[in-house]
Amino acid sequence: MSKTTTKRVSANRSLPKTPSGIQGLDEITQGGLPKGRPTLICGSAGCGKTLFAMEFLVRGATEYDESGVFMAFEETAAELTQNVLSLGFDLAELVAQKKLALDYVRVERSEIEETGEYDLEGLFVRLGHAIDTTGAKRVVLDTIESLFAGLSNQGILRAELRRLFRWLKDKGVTAVITAERGEGGLTRHGLEEYVSDCVILLDHRVTEEISTRRLRIVKYRGSVHGNNEYPFLIDEQGISVLPVTSLGLQHGVSGERISSGIPRLDTMLTGQGYYRGSSVLVSGTAGSGKTSVAAHFVDSACRRGERAMYFAFEESQAQLVRNMRSIGIDLEPWIKSNLLRFHATRPTLYGLEMHLATIHKMVNEFDPRAVVIDPLSNFASAGTTTEVKSMLMRLLDYLKSKQVTAVFTDLTSGGSPTELTNVGVSSLMDTWLLLRDIESGGERNRSMYILKSRGMAHSNQLREFLLTDHGVELADVYLGPAGVLTGSARLAQESREKAEGLIRKEEIESKQRELDRQRQALESQIAAMRAEFQAKEEELSRTIAQQKAQQAQLAQDRVAMGHSRKSDSDGDKTPSSPKT
Amino acid sequence: MPSMTNTESPEAVAGELWEFSLYVANRTPRSLNAMLDLKQICENHLAGHYRIEVVDVLEQPERAKSDQIVAIPTVVRKSPPTIRRVIGDLSKTERVLAALDIRRA
Repeated sequence: MSKTTTKRVSANRSLPKTPSGIQGLDEITQGGLPKGRPTLICGSAGCGKTLFAMEFLVRGATEYDESGVFMAFEETAAELTQNVLSLGFDLAELVAQKKLALDYVRVERSEIEETGEYDLEGLFVRLGHAIDTTGAKRVVLDTIESLFAGLSNQGILRAELRRLFRWLKDKGVTAVITAERGEGGLTRHGLEEYVSDCVILLDHRVTEEISTRRLRIVKYRGSVHGNNEYPFLIDEQGISVLPVTSLGLQHGVSGERISSGIPRLDTMLTGQGYYRGSSVLVSGTAGSGKTSVAAHFVDSACRRGERAMYFAFEESQAQLVRNMRSIGIDLEPWIKSNLLRFHATRPTLYGLEMHLATIHKMVNEFDPRAVVIDPLSNFASAGTTTEVKSMLMRLLDYLKSKQVTAVFTDLTSGGSPTELTNVGVSSLMDTWLLLRDIESGGERNRSMYILKSRGMAHSNQLREFLLTDHGVELADVYLGPAGVLTGSARLAQESREKAEGLIRKEEIESKQRELDRQRQALESQIAAMRAEFQAKEEELSRTIAQQKAQQAQLAQDRVAMGHSRKSDSDGDKTPSSPKT
Repeated sequence: MPSMTNTESPEAVAGELWEFSLYVANRTPRSLNAMLDLKQICENHLAGHYRIEVVDVLEQPERAKSDQIVAIPTVVRKSPPTIRRVIGDLSKTERVLAALDIRRA
């Protein structure tokens, strides 16, 4: 170990590990159990020790091509085979392939008399033989402490156990030794004294009638490991350990946008909808239309040909499909074409961890691009707020790491402020749609707005949320001096405005006509005056002409008179005229 | 067994054959002692009515498994019925007799 200070980088290389194959455990232990060394698994009765050990062997045989030996002190080979069959482990097949050896060691105190010194060479021989015939790399001793019950000479027993663990190390097999949890110590008979390389503690707690299994690595000599208590569960596929913060916040983000399924909502989200891989919270009081928003989302995903998964915790699949059909969303074809899958359970059916693992597993299997959890708030009944929050954090991390877009609905209780979600997860969400009821004028109407949407300049407008027979529609609400009007009030206001508009239009038209009339009158007046003027003008010009003519006549007459009087003295311009 | 009719031992019931298996690992001193002790006890109490099988589990590891042997040495009384097991080096004769139920009244 002193070498590790000089060669820090190769810390992982300095301690070889054997992958356990147990989902999540290798993540916490950064590679698995210490290779070639014994690991102690302790825990009280029924916490999953035997199963843990068995899965270690089965995974080794099936996934890592390492055969194993299971030495059972409590159950017969037949019982073991039967017990793990429900987890999909076919021991008989593995035994037939020589990948697994089962040996039931029966030590019954009532049948055995001790009459002097002995050793446990018989056990060594059996184990050695089993290891040699299968070429085993993995060994399980479950539960070797039974020997303490069967044999009375503790001195011999302890010396032999010490020898056994030494021998296992020399054999180079990776061993898992299970032990019953003791009072005061980790194990009843102090096995941790002998097996000190790696100690894993399993625990099974029941809080508020819901059981949770937890795992903690008490010790892992020469290796870093997670120190937390990690919930784990046992289901039909074995054990899954769920690291709380295994993924950190390193998931990649996508700039891709996907439709919410409601065109007007997409418009509100800068015209393109949600980001792919984001998490969307739809919260609202009972009956505010949360499920419909979720159904639209699922429907649009399927329309794009993407797989979607709907986790329903309040309604059955049939009921949901029927109800959504009533607002014009037909999910049936998607289910038939296997694009949409439902998973409907009661949240109180099992603990949070089980839910989380179920979701994990189903998402892993089905690989959907869109996931709906409806509703989130029901989990509150399955655990405490901290538990729910930590579970959701892990769920969100998981979904984000898979770039799955998730819509969570959340039921807010009527009395509490709407901005408070029951499970306090809003801070984890990227987009938060709030559905609200507006009660006025003797009716209840739905409205919606976007409370937040990370990474986009979303609309801040309140929209009326209408459930029509062709889906959800968002309408502009009436904004006026009387405030926001929705429903009939909005319709009434709209028709009132329409009537007023009509009247105004008529008034304008009549004024227009009046103006026309006046203009016509004025114009005819002008025409009359012009006619009068014309008449006057004609008369006047006639008079002028007459007078001009008269004047000319007078001048002519005077000239004629001068001619007749033979006058020559006048200075007129007619000097020659007399000559003519 | 017809050859066992002529019995000298007072403890043994006529016609009864006592069968023992002694499991050892390697011929260690402890194993050899156990072998000798068992033989001595049988000679003293069951002369002519016993059979001892010595199994070296190193040579026959399958026997260790099939006969549920953990400790070495182990003596298993296979016959008469009601299997009895004695583990240890058999040095305490009185206890062995009681454990194997050899001295029956």
